[in-house]
Amino acid sequence: MRTDAQPRVAAGPDGRPPFAETAYGRRKLRQESAARAVFLAMTLLMVAPLVAIVAHLVVEAWPALSLEFLLDVPRNRMTEGGIWSALVGTIYLVAISLAVAAPIGVLAAVYLNEYAKDTWFNRIINLAVINLAGVPSIVHALFGLGAFVYAARFGFSVMAASLTLAIMTLPVIIASTREALAAVPTAFREACWNVGASRWQTIRGVVLPNSISGILTGIILQVSRAAGETAPVMFTGAVLYKAVERGSLFPYYLDDQCMALSMHLYVLTTQVPNVAHAIPYATAVVLLGSVLLVNAAAIGLRVWLRNRKRW
Amino acid sequence: MIREPITAPGPGRRHRRSFWSLLGEQAVEAAIRLSGISAIVFVLAIFFFIFREAAPVLFSEQFDPIEFLFSVQWYPTSAVDVRYGTLALTAGTAGVTLLAMALAVPFGLGAAIFVSEFCGPRVKETLKVVIELLAAIPSVVWGFVALTVLSRLMVEYTSAPVGVNMLNGGIILALMSVPIIVSIGEDALRAVPDSYREAAVAMGATRWQLVFRVLLPAARHGLLAAVLLGVGRAVGETMAVLMATGHAVHVPHGILDSVRTLTANIAAELGEAPAGSEHYRILFLTGIQLFAITFAVNLAADLVVRGTRRR
Amino acid sequence: MAIDPRAKIEVEGLRLAYGHREAIRGVSFDVQANEILGIIGPAQSGKTSLLRCLNRTIDFVAGAHVTGTIRVDGEDVRRVRDVFDLRRRIGMVAPLPVGLPMSIYDNVAFAPRCAGITSRGELDGRVERCLRQAALWDEVKDRLGSLGTKLSGGQQQRLTIARALSHEPEILCLDEFSIAIDPVTTMRIEDVLRELKREVTIILVTNLTQQARRLADRTMFLMAGELVEIGPNAVVFSDAPAQRKTYEYISGLFG
Repeated sequence: MRTDAQPRVAAGPDGRPPFAETAYGRRKLRQESAARAVFLAMTLLMVAPLVAIVAHLVVEAWPALSLEFLLDVPRNRMTEGGIWSALVGTIYLVAISLAVAAPIGVLAAVYLNEYAKDTWFNRIINLAVINLAGVPSIVHALFGLGAFVYAARFGFSVMAASLTLAIMTLPVIIASTREALAAVPTAFREACWNVGASRWQTIRGVVLPNSISGILTGIILQVSRAAGETAPVMFTGAVLYKAVERGSLFPYYLDDQCMALSMHLYVLTTQVPNVAHAIPYATAVVLLGSVLLVNAAAIGLRVWLRNRKRW
Repeated sequence: MIREPITAPGPGRRHRRSFWSLLGEQAVEAAIRLSGISAIVFVLAIFFFIFREAAPVLFSEQFDPIEFLFSVQWYPTSAVDVRYGTLALTAGTAGVTLLAMALAVPFGLGAAIFVSEFCGPRVKETLKVVIELLAAIPSVVWGFVALTVLSRLMVEYTSAPVGVNMLNGGIILALMSVPIIVSIGEDALRAVPDSYREAAVAMGATRWQLVFRVLLPAARHGLLAAVLLGVGRAVGETMAVLMATGHAVHVPHGILDSVRTLTANIAAELGEAPAGSEHYRILFLTGIQLFAITFAVNLAADLVVRGTRRR
Repeated sequence: MAIDPRAKIEVEGLRLAYGHREAIRGVSFDVQANEILGIIGPAQSGKTSLLRCLNRTIDFVAGAHVTGTIRVDGEDVRRVRDVFDLRRRIGMVAPLPVGLPMSIYDNVAFAPRCAGITSRGELDGRVERCLRQAALWDEVKDRLGSLGTKLSGGQQQRLTIARALSHEPEILCLDEFSIAIDPVTTMRIEDVLRELKREVTIILVTNLTQQARRLADRTMFLMAGELVEIGPNAVVFSDAPAQRKTYEYISGLFG
């Protein structure tokens, strides 16, 4: 140990005042700020793309962005017009898929967390649920094609595509709901059992009211994930182009094919020649904007509910 | 003192829940059990249906697993000599993933260290929100950015003949997997007990030394899991790589070569392969291959995380 | 030992194993109506497990295996028709105070509601009576709507007792109720228990031997899942209890 690095209360034998700067101390300080700078730079390099991408997209999209762009349908071989057909298709797909996946997922998570006994079978189910959350979306597309389009004979349709999305989100909803349920302390459950509450009375009285925020956040995040997915709908029910009426609220039946915003963006960029420059950018901005908005809502909900934590 | 008599509760005074309340509880519990079982059925169905579509070719006599896995010849639509060798695709996936990880791991871990060790609570909350939003950007938007922005930069600043290539895909995939690495890595660093930090600082370690000599070794399992989950995301990503890496099916020689990955290959060819054809079934088989890879990676990450938790 | 068939609770040859680990190894005793039975013993002696067997919350513990019989009013608890009704006949107070994350009113009204009581008037009456019995009414009567979890530890423990009384139990079990609260509150609750004794049968698990000495009519000494001694306080806390181990434990030679 270097003697001049040790703090001294009184002047040392060399007569210098205590806590005087030393070469070693300065080097340590430099090292400290260098470390901070390096890690800050790495963080900024990661954050910068988000800002840069959003900014660039918005700037390029600006000429096309308007309410009319949202409400109009694609025109003139999709080189002009708006994105209504795709927007409403995505809303359909997401709404139907969540209407199917959310209740089943939440109830299944309640079953797995509150009812199921710890057997080898349930352990395998847990493992499957955890790992399915990481399965590539294209594999879900294969499943949807094999199961819903062909085996269940739904054909390429809104139905098949939304069910594929539902199956894709199901394991994630189960996982996030279980996490929220598991965060409710066991002591609360035991207190309820002790006063003669049945399992369901316990769940309704204490477990669900105190995990609903986590459950909702998990579901909302799946809204944005489902809206952004392309591969699973591309092979099960979404099409390049479908003529619908401008601003029409019910353009698709369950057995129709539909357009989807994410696929529309892919098609505009890779398959449509001579499309007006701003249109793909504006489509990307609408998709990105709605996804980020939904996520921000989920984050806001979580923060708000965390601040009024009840124990 | 209080003198409130409790009237002796004889059996006759016992209350009974109403018939409807009991019936409602039975109904809800039945729904929970049913959902639990159906979710499990859905989860198992994914394995089943993908396998079902691939099975005829898997068990046919012409099928040569060695050629399928280790041949670089992928000519699915050739009129004279149809070949299904996936090595070039596997190499494409491996190449893009490795490149992405080479970029994402240092930056992701650096950012995780910054978020967990170097910034105050407010900055930390903000950065975590940004990371979450970054993770929410749909892959088709990333692909759009790769095609429009990044590919132009590629042609301008590198010697690449075309802008869509392995480097482009690697950068995009790096940006996509960084949020996972940061959030899981941050969890791992937070799990290191504060007593370690206090002990290191008390002995006069700078933060630089603290990070490299104390935190990284202590959190190595969790950080490894973070990297593995990043790999899982990169391997499974479909739309972004489909749009960013070009379409050449060959083993890449340099980072500016065009490649095609397993995922992109399914997305590119599934639409053209007639249902039930050999080509169609082979694509399902590559789906199983992909499933196996991501399953192994996610399982490994899961085991690593569990291993740390147990200690 | 002889089991009195007219007792409120009869326990005969009770054994409990968690997997391969035996927590209770053949325990037999009885509890008379309207007495306070103290149960003392070092940690891991099976006191809490015993209570869980009594109200059958042991059913929720994976891998727990119970043999032997427990009878309440002559009825085998493992054969009761309605296990929730059984639990309502037994009030249970856990060692750590658990205010449920709902209002103070709802905390106390939860059990009556689960039992099927919906009349507002009856619920109001019960809530007030139970909170008074638990010596908490005066402190919370103006804020019945505020969260039960935001009360202090001592208040939460009294809230837990109020909740245990809210379903009008015939038997009240307290599991080391005083470990999380201050001596003054403990004394107040002890007074409450002496009052309650007229109405209910009380089982008081405690690791404070002096508390058992103060409150109980009879005391039982459990060790490592075995019943060492049970008898009137005058005997158990005398200089010459039946078992030497009892004397050593009570006088502080071990434990």
